[in-house]
Amino acid sequence: MSRKVILFAPLAMLFAFSVVAVWRLANPPETAIRSRLEGKAVAAFALPAAVRGRGGLSSGDLAAGKPKLLNIFASWCVPCLAEAPVLLDLKLRGVTIEAIAVRDREADVADFLVRNGDPFDRIGSDRDSRAQMALGSSGVPESFVIDGQGVIRYQHVGPIEPEDVATILAEMEKAR
Amino acid sequence: MRLIAAALLLGLASPLLADSSLPPSQWADRQLPDAKQEVAAKNLMAELRCLVCQGQSIADSDAELAGDMRAMVRERIAAGESPKEIRRWLIERYGDWVTFAPPVKPLTWPLWAAPLFLLVVGAALAARRLRARR
Repeated sequence: MSRKVILFAPLAMLFAFSVVAVWRLANPPETAIRSRLEGKAVAAFALPAAVRGRGGLSSGDLAAGKPKLLNIFASWCVPCLAEAPVLLDLKLRGVTIEAIAVRDREADVADFLVRNGDPFDRIGSDRDSRAQMALGSSGVPESFVIDGQGVIRYQHVGPIEPEDVATILAEMEKAR
Repeated sequence: MRLIAAALLLGLASPLLADSSLPPSQWADRQLPDAKQEVAAKNLMAELRCLVCQGQSIADSDAELAGDMRAMVRERIAAGESPKEIRRWLIERYGDWVTFAPPVKPLTWPLWAAPLFLLVVGAALAARRLRARR
């Protein structure tokens, strides 16, 4: 009896392996890397202004008593183009949006804002991705809902699409 | 024919705007002057996962964010931080996923115990076989 079990064990293992492999190939795991900092305060950072005549962005600006949306973007990022009109819409609905421009030049950011509209209050320039890493963000665009105490309440990975607006507004309301 | 040629040409197209136009960070591809620190930094880079390409370590990756992560590792090691502290800082932000060396904890202990378990089972099987033959 036990001999038979041992004889069939490799076949059973191969079968189990195939089931797992087929299942995972059919339902690949999510590849978006989420920040683990939801529910935690934003780490201290201070960025110079990305565009002349505009405020830079520091972590203190994100703990000023009012919930804000922090958008991480770049002028060289294609999905950010698609996101721009949605951000303008969010601003019209009363959302305060602060921004971090990753690995960007002043002229390029200014040009991006002229072409795609400017929904931002302050824009910090993160030339070496350091603030992006401090936030646990792994790409552009990403957005964080941050409450008045500077605590990250919600992270959105990728561009905010028109169908995500309701979720963002609800999270902003929750952060109030 | 023309359609096929056009399709082939499309295959040659590269994304124009997938990267920034800034040069890599100062310490992304330059060794630290202190050889010992450079070795420590290199060892850490080899076991940190690139957040963009996901299957490569930041030591191997050409992604810009990987370059910035290498620069961060080198600068922090030069400033006297231990590799352990830097890894913990990254895990705090990106989860265990960011390192190729999974920590031993209840969720991962089967991963660490499996080779030992298989070795013991194999040894037992072999022992029985050998004894039976004699």
